[in-house]
Amino acid sequence: MEMDWSVIIDFLPQLLEGARTTIYITVVGLLGGVVLGTLAGLMRAYGGRVLNAIAFAYIELIRGTPIVVQVMFLYFALPVLADLRIDPMSAAFLAIIVNAGAYIAEIVRGAFLSIGKGLTEAGLAIGLPHWKVLVYIIGPLAFRRLIPPLGNQFIVSLKDTSLFIVIGVGELTRTGQEIMASNFRAVEIWTAVAIIYLVMTGTLSLILRTIEKRMRIL
Amino acid sequence: MTIIEFKNTSKSFGPLKVLDGVDLSIDVGEVVVLVGPSGSGKSTLLRCINGLEMITGGDLIIDGLSVTGSARQLREIRQEAGMVFQQFNLFPQLTALDNVAFGPAKVRGLNRAQARETALDLLEKVGLRDKAGHYPAELSGGQQQRVAIARALAVKPKVMLFDEPTSALDPELKQEVLNVMRALAEEGMTMVVVTHEMGFAKQVGTRLIFMEHGHIAVDGNPREVIDTPPNDRMKDFLQHV
Ligand SMILES: Nc1ncnc2c1ncn2[C@@H]1O[C@H](COP(=O)(O)OP(=O)(O)OP(=O)(O)O)[C@@H](O)[C@H]1O
Ligand SMILES: [Mg+2]
Repeated sequence: MEMDWSVIIDFLPQLLEGARTTIYITVVGLLGGVVLGTLAGLMRAYGGRVLNAIAFAYIELIRGTPIVVQVMFLYFALPVLADLRIDPMSAAFLAIIVNAGAYIAEIVRGAFLSIGKGLTEAGLAIGLPHWKVLVYIIGPLAFRRLIPPLGNQFIVSLKDTSLFIVIGVGELTRTGQEIMASNFRAVEIWTAVAIIYLVMTGTLSLILRTIEKRMRIL
Repeated sequence: MTIIEFKNTSKSFGPLKVLDGVDLSIDVGEVVVLVGPSGSGKSTLLRCINGLEMITGGDLIIDGLSVTGSARQLREIRQEAGMVFQQFNLFPQLTALDNVAFGPAKVRGLNRAQARETALDLLEKVGLRDKAGHYPAELSGGQQQRVAIARALAVKPKVMLFDEPTSALDPELKQEVLNVMRALAEEGMTMVVVTHEMGFAKQVGTRLIFMEHGHIAVDGNPREVIDTPPNDRMKDFLQHV
C-alpha cells in the first residue's frame, strides 16, 4: 500500500487542536487530582479512624475499578441515579481528578510515611504543633520523594485521557479516529497521533527530570 | 525548687507496663543520670517528661504544668524541656544555622535576624560557629550532636533531656559532646541524662538513678552508688557497661 505522509500535514491543525484538548483535560484534571490526592493521602497518613476509613474506601473503590467504567458511570449512570446531567468535558475533568486523586493519595501517604519518625519527634520536641512539623519539616522532605512517582502518575493520566473517546470528547485520540474514518489513512494518522503523544509525555518527563535534578533527595 | 515531679506515674503500651508507679522529684539545677538494663524504661521515662509518650496513670508535673493538660500546655512543656536524641535527628534540608534558628523563629516568634543571632551564639557555644553553613550530612556525628544540643537550647528550655546522646558516636567523638554537656551542667542547667558513660555520671552527675522493670531501684549520689552498688543487679549491670 502507498503511504501518503502529506495527509498528516493536511490534518495537523486538526490533530493539534485535539492535542490541545488533551492537554487541557490533563492539566485541569491533575491540578484537581493533586489537591484531592494530597488531602486523601494526608487523611490516610495522619487522620483519625473516621477520616482514614473514608480515604481508604475512596482509594480502594477507584483503584479497584477500570477508569473506563468510572467514566461511563460518571457520564451515563450518574444522570440516572442523581438526576445530574454533566457534559462530556466535565465528566472528563472529573474522571481524571477522581482517578488520579486516588493514586496520588497513595503516593503522598507513602512519601510522608517514608520520612523517619525521629524528625517529627525532633520538631514536636521543640514545641511545634504537629501541623507545623508537617508543613515546615516533613512536607518539604516528602515533596522531594514525591516527584518521581508523581511524574509517573502524570504520564499515566495524560494517556488515560484517550479513553474519553467513549463519551465523545474531542481529544487527540478521538480526533485521529474521526480523521481516519473520513480518509482511511490508518498508518499515517495513527503514526502521527502516537508521535504527538510521545512529544507530550516526553516533554512532561523532561520537566520532571529537571525538577528532580535541581532538588537533592534527602 | 522542684521542676519535674512524677506522682505514681505509670505508662503502658497495651498490656506491657513499662513505667510502674514511679515517684520521683527533680529539683532545679540537678544533673540526674539515668541508667539501667535495656528495656527497663529509661527512654520511656524521659519521653514522658516532654509528652512524646503519654502517661497512662498517675500524674507528671513539669514546672507547674501537667503533661495530661491541653495540647497548648503540652507545647509549653516541650518548650521548657529540650530533648537531645541518640540519632541526632537534625533536619537534613536545613543548614546547621537554620536547624538552630528554627526553634527561635517558629516557636518563640523571633524575627529572622534575631533568630540567626541566637543561633550563631549557640553554635559558638558548642564550638561550631565555623560550620554554620554546613548541612547535617556534611558534619561528623559528634558535630551533628552538638548542633542538636544547640537546637534544643535555642528554644531556651529550663530542663534538658538527653537520651543516650553519645551512643551512636565513635569513642573519639563522644568526648566533644560530653564536654558540651559538662559545660551546660556547670552553668546550672537542670539535666536528665540517659547514658552508659559512668565517668560522666561520676564527674558531672549530682544524682544517679538505676532503673529496673519500670521502677526506680536505686537513687543516690553517683560516686557512692557506682563505687559501692547497694544492689546486686546494679553491681551486675555496672560490670557490663
Ligand atoms: N512505642 C512502643 N510500643 C510498644 N512498646 C514499646 C514502645 N516503646 C517502648 N516499648 C517497650 O517498652 C519497654 C521499655 O522501653 P524503653 O525504650 O523505655 O527502654 P530503655 O530502658 O530505654 O532501653 P534501651 O536501653 O534499650 O534504650 C521495652 O520493652 C520496649 O520494647
Ligand atoms: Mg532507650
